[in-house]
Amino acid sequence: MPDADPREPYRSDFDRLERELFAGDPPWLMKTRRDAFAKFGALGFPTLKHEMWKYTNVAPLARTRFTPAAEIPGNGLAPEKLDPVVFGKFEGSELVFVNGRFSRALSSIRSLPQGVGVMSLADALREDPRAVEPFLARTAPVDANPFTALNTAFLQDGAFIHVPEGKVVEDPIHLLFVSTAQPQPAVAYPRNLIVLEAGGQLTVTESYAGLDGGVYLTNAVTEAVVGENAALDHYKLQREGERASHIATLEIEQARASTVSDTSIALGGALVRNEVNQRFLAEGGELSMNGLFSVTGTQHTDTHTRIEHLTPHCTSRELYKGILDGRARGVFYGNIIVHKGAQKTNAVQTNKNLLLSREALVDSIPGLQILANDVKCRHGSTTGQIDEDSVFYLRSRGIDSDTARSILTYAFAREIIDLIRVPAMRATLGVLLLSRLPNSEAVREAL
Amino acid sequence: MALLEVKGLRAKVGDKEILKGVDLTVNRGEVHAIMGPNGSGKSTLANVLAGRLNYEVLGGQVLYEGKDLLAMKPELRAREGLFLAFQYPVEIPGVGNAYFLKSALNSIRRHRGQEELDAMDFMGIVTEKMKLLGLDEAFLGRSLNDGFSGGEKKRNEIFQMAVLEPRLAILDETDSGLDIDALKIVASGVNTMRAKDRAIVVVTHYQRILNYIVPDFVHVLVNGRIVKSGGRELALELEKRGYGWVEESAVS
Repeated sequence: MPDADPREPYRSDFDRLERELFAGDPPWLMKTRRDAFAKFGALGFPTLKHEMWKYTNVAPLARTRFTPAAEIPGNGLAPEKLDPVVFGKFEGSELVFVNGRFSRALSSIRSLPQGVGVMSLADALREDPRAVEPFLARTAPVDANPFTALNTAFLQDGAFIHVPEGKVVEDPIHLLFVSTAQPQPAVAYPRNLIVLEAGGQLTVTESYAGLDGGVYLTNAVTEAVVGENAALDHYKLQREGERASHIATLEIEQARASTVSDTSIALGGALVRNEVNQRFLAEGGELSMNGLFSVTGTQHTDTHTRIEHLTPHCTSRELYKGILDGRARGVFYGNIIVHKGAQKTNAVQTNKNLLLSREALVDSIPGLQILANDVKCRHGSTTGQIDEDSVFYLRSRGIDSDTARSILTYAFAREIIDLIRVPAMRATLGVLLLSRLPNSEAVREAL
Repeated sequence: MALLEVKGLRAKVGDKEILKGVDLTVNRGEVHAIMGPNGSGKSTLANVLAGRLNYEVLGGQVLYEGKDLLAMKPELRAREGLFLAFQYPVEIPGVGNAYFLKSALNSIRRHRGQEELDAMDFMGIVTEKMKLLGLDEAFLGRSLNDGFSGGEKKRNEIFQMAVLEPRLAILDETDSGLDIDALKIVASGVNTMRAKDRAIVVVTHYQRILNYIVPDFVHVLVNGRIVKSGGRELALELEKRGYGWVEESAVS
C-alpha cells in the first residue's frame, strides 16, 4: 500500500477551518489563504532532493498528524508559567501568544508614540483590515517555501506592528510565543507583520519557547517592511521544547537608506529550520544579519539566509556562529546575490562553527553570486574545535580544564551576544548559554 | 630543600627528542638564566615544566618543593605557584583581561586556602601592578591579548605574574620582539618581583635582557643538555664569542 499523501490531512483541516474559523474574514484574506494553500498543494513537502532542503529531512514532520493549534480550546495560562521564559527586567511592551493565539491577559502594552500600532494580527484584521491589507503576504512569497505557503494558508494571529512616518519607538517590543503540551501534537502558525514607514525606528524581539516539553510544531513567518531611512532592530530567541520542531522564515524588504539589524539565536527544538531572506529594493541600505545556533544531543538546526542586493550602494554584513555538541547537526547555508547593476555593493559573509564533540557535525555552505562588476564582496567559513593552545594558556594560570573549555566556548558565542542591544535579552541569553556549560559558576566569574 | 630540582629530564616533541638529560637546581631567592642557540631545547624545557600537553616526558624527574611536578596537571602547577610567561601569549577574544585574571587569582587563592577577592579588592591590587608595567585602565577591559602589540602581550605576561605572585616564574624569551624601552619596562617589572622566597628563571637567546635582569647563575643549554654553568660573566662571554665555543667544548 502506498504511503498516504501527507498533504491530505492539511487539506481537510484547511477546508474545515475555512468554513468554521475563517468565515468572517475579508474576501482578500480568504483569497490569499486559498492561493497559498493551492501553492502548498502544488509544492508538497520538500525532500532531500530539493536543493534548498538537501541537509534537512522534514519527512518526520510530514508524517506526523499535527492538529491546528487554533482549534485547541482556551489559552488560559497562569502568568507565573511564563516566568522561566520572559526576559528579566524587560522595559517595554510585551505581546504574549499561547499556542499561536494572542493572550490579552498575559500581555502588556505600554504607552507608545501617537499613531504607533502594536496589536495582535487577529485584532488588526478584525478592527482595521485595511491597515493590514497593503502589507500582509506581500513580502513573504508562497511559491518558494511550502512551509511559508502553509503558514499563509492558516495564518490567523501573531503581531501587527505599524510605525508611521518619522515615529521613533524607544522601548523594545517583545513578542513571546509559548507552546504548551497537548494530548495530540499541535501546529501553530504565528504570523507577524512589522511595518516601518519612512524614518520610523523600532526594536522588536521575538521569543519562541516550549513550556512543558510536548511534541509540537511552530511554523512561523515574520514579514518586515522597512521604509526609507527607517531603522529596524530585530532579534529572535528560539528556545522551543526538546521534542518540538520549529520552522520559521523572516522576510525583510528594505527601502532607500534604511538600516536593519537582525540577530537570531537558536537554542531549542529537535528539528529546526530558520530562514532569513532579505532584499535591498533601493540604494543606500545597510544590513547587519547575525546569528548563533547552539545545539546538543540529537538536535538538528538548519539556517538558510539570503541577502539580495538588487540596487547599488548597499552594505551587508553577515555573521553566523554555530556551537555543536553531542551528536547535533547544524547547517549554515548563506547566499548573497548581487544583481546586475548593483554596483558599489559591499557585502561580507562569515560563518564560524565550533565543534565540541567528535560526533557533532556541521555543513557550512557560504555563497556569493555576483552579477555586477564594481563591488566589494567576500565570504569565509571556518569550522574547528576548541583551540588547545588557548586551553593550555588558561590552565597555566590556574583555571581547570573544564572551566577553561567552558570559558572558551562562551567567548566564542560572545561576539554574537554582544550584538544584542536589548539589555534584558542579552542578560537572559548570557544566563541561558552559561547554564548549558560545565562549571558555569566559575565561567561567570571569568567573564 | 631546593625550590626546583630537575634531574636527567628527557622529553620529546613529536618524534624528536629535544631534552636529553637536563639537570638543574634552583633555590628560592635566585635568578637563573638559561641561554642557548635556537633549537637547543630552551623553550621545550620551559613548556615541560609548565605542563604543556604535546610534550612527552621520556625520563628523569622534576621536584618542585619536593613534590613530583610532572605528576601535576598544569592548573595544579599554577596553583602551587609556578608561572610561565609565554613566548607567544595566546589571543583569546571574548575573554576580558580583568575578569580572566581575577578568576585565575581566585583559583590560586582557593587552593591556598585564602579568601577569594571581590571586584573591589581585586581592583586595588591590580591598579598598583598596572602602574608598574605602564598599563592604562582601558587595558583591563580589553579581550585577553586580542589585538595586542607584541610589546603589550609581553607586558601583560609580566603583569599577570605580578598579580599572581608565583614562587617560581619561568620567563620564556620574554625579551624577544621587544624594543629597548619595552624591554626596560618589562625588566623593571620583573626586578620588583625579586624576593627571597621566589625564584625566577629567564630563558633567552640573547644576553641583552640580562643587562636589566641580572642573574645569579647562567646555564648554557646545547642540544638538550646543560653544558656549562657559571655566573653572570658567562652571559657576557657568550655575547662576545657566540655559542660556537661552548658547543665545541661540549662535544670534546
